[in-house]
Amino acid sequence: MLNYLARRLLALIPVFLAVSLVIFLILHLIPGDPVDNLLKVGASASQRAEIEARYGLDRPLPVQYAIWLGNLVQGDLGTAIIGRRPVIDIIAQALPHSLMLGGLALLFSSVVGVALGVVAALHRDRWPDQAIMGGVLVGSTMPGFWLGLLLILVFAVWLGWFPVSGARGWASLVLPVLTIGLGGTALVTRVTRVAMIEASQRDFVMLLHAKGLSPLRIQLFHVLRHALIPVVTILALRIGWILGGAVTVEVVFARPGLGTTLIKALNQHDYPVVQACLLMLAMAVMLGTLLGDILQALMDPRVRAAQAGAAR
Amino acid sequence: MLLEVENLSVTIGRVTPLDGVSFGLDRGQILGLVGESGSGKSLTALAVTGLLPLIGGRVSGGAVRFQGKDLAGMKPAALRALRGRRIGFVTQNPMTALDPVQRIGAQVDVVSRLHLGLSAGAARARTLDLLTQLRIPEAAAVCEAYPHQLSGGMKQRIVIAMALAGEPELIVADEPTTALDVTVQAQIIHILATLVRERGLGLVLITHDMGVVAQVCDRVAVLYAGRLAEAREVRGLFAAPRHPYTAALIGCIPREGMAPGALTGIPGAVPSVTAYPPGCRFHPRCPRALPACATEVPALTGGALACLNPLEMPHG
Repeated sequence: MLNYLARRLLALIPVFLAVSLVIFLILHLIPGDPVDNLLKVGASASQRAEIEARYGLDRPLPVQYAIWLGNLVQGDLGTAIIGRRPVIDIIAQALPHSLMLGGLALLFSSVVGVALGVVAALHRDRWPDQAIMGGVLVGSTMPGFWLGLLLILVFAVWLGWFPVSGARGWASLVLPVLTIGLGGTALVTRVTRVAMIEASQRDFVMLLHAKGLSPLRIQLFHVLRHALIPVVTILALRIGWILGGAVTVEVVFARPGLGTTLIKALNQHDYPVVQACLLMLAMAVMLGTLLGDILQALMDPRVRAAQAGAAR
Repeated sequence: MLLEVENLSVTIGRVTPLDGVSFGLDRGQILGLVGESGSGKSLTALAVTGLLPLIGGRVSGGAVRFQGKDLAGMKPAALRALRGRRIGFVTQNPMTALDPVQRIGAQVDVVSRLHLGLSAGAARARTLDLLTQLRIPEAAAVCEAYPHQLSGGMKQRIVIAMALAGEPELIVADEPTTALDVTVQAQIIHILATLVRERGLGLVLITHDMGVVAQVCDRVAVLYAGRLAEAREVRGLFAAPRHPYTAALIGCIPREGMAPGALTGIPGAVPSVTAYPPGCRFHPRCPRALPACATEVPALTGGALACLNPLEMPHG
């Protein structure tokens, strides 16, 4: 298992390099120049050259990439061109908010989604199943920003239970977490339900019944265990998506975070900040995938055997 | 009588794939349930183990009496207390019969913990004992293994161990050797036959191998297209089959001294559930069919033969 983990981490290095190259290039190939934002109207060409030299923007692209990458592996993400402070500070300020929001939303959608999926599967084609799947369909088709506004209207404006916006205290987290979490719940519920139904039709389930185990025990301790394998994979893939995809929700609730930081930096063509944000999101996706694979190996001895076989 | 199946009919949705199946079995006996694929053998097994609801089926007529009690009228909880405890089930394909993410030991332990109320330690001791009796080498290591680490023959022994763990009186084995190598097949059949003799179990052995039936069974019930064709004591059946279908099945066993090409098989195929012919369901393939066979459903005579034009009883 440790061997496998080491191999998977090593395999991430080329992926990381490829991702970093793409992120670097995209920003230099799109039109727009951050220097424009820094220069006063009517500034001379020499002033422009001076600023370009200060940020290394006059060097050839490969050199710029090498310098950026070199600094990156030392933990130096550069200095924000517009914000004029170390990018690492900006990220360090935004990331905890995003992690908190994303993590709680993921937890919410896993727990509620799996629970609803199990209930739906146990009552397949009867009214609890139809009610849950209907609710899930509504939830999954509702855009996050609209759901967010709706929740604000009902729970913050009318009922006054939670603050309308901001990031102060736990109460301000409830509505954003619900907004993001409900969207994920729909997906998790559907995958859990289908995986449960599929798993309960496997041969070994018949033999569990033949052993005299109760149907509920079979469903919860055997069928659900199998059903969770694809669910965990999907949840792990959503880690990256939740960190970055929270941007509309962050805007609606006026919360700081990686998403708002990214959008602001994009508008200002603040290359170092954009690069750092994109890099964080890409790393979240990569680590999420890795986490999913590891969990899958922990849950399924056949996957472990296949990995041990591949290592030889 | 340990098991008495009387005029059993099984309905799934709108079709009735099984109707009018009767046979009986005492302790210490092996009953062979034979017939081609699609004749209703596995459905009979599910009816006897009370597992029909799993495939959306139900007993729609007749009775399955186990130690005198009709299973069809039992509540699910009462059936569960019977399954694994008094009736063990051995499935067709050992490759897919075990939970792939659970260790072997735990899968066997659960039966004696559930039905005999044993502690975890006592259950494991019993499991080790059972595996050793079934000639599984290194039983302790096997308990820690996962199903994918074992061979097909080993897995089938584990399934048999699970069936035995609750100290049952009856074992239903649904084609327990079809998925296995020929050499392993003989071992598994031998194990099952020995268990019946040593422990006085009743065994319903579902198979399409007439050779196996001739070797180990005491009684045979021949099914065709969901109906009983003939049910008898094994020696008489092989010596002088009365139903033309039985005779045809016996004709399919290769024998010493047979001329090349003498093995004929039965022309045609078992009709599907939705296309059962009227009258005797075997008549389209029957060499002895009379005009009446196409219209008249043959009643079971003497409780054991359903044919309007049976082969002659041998004289003397």
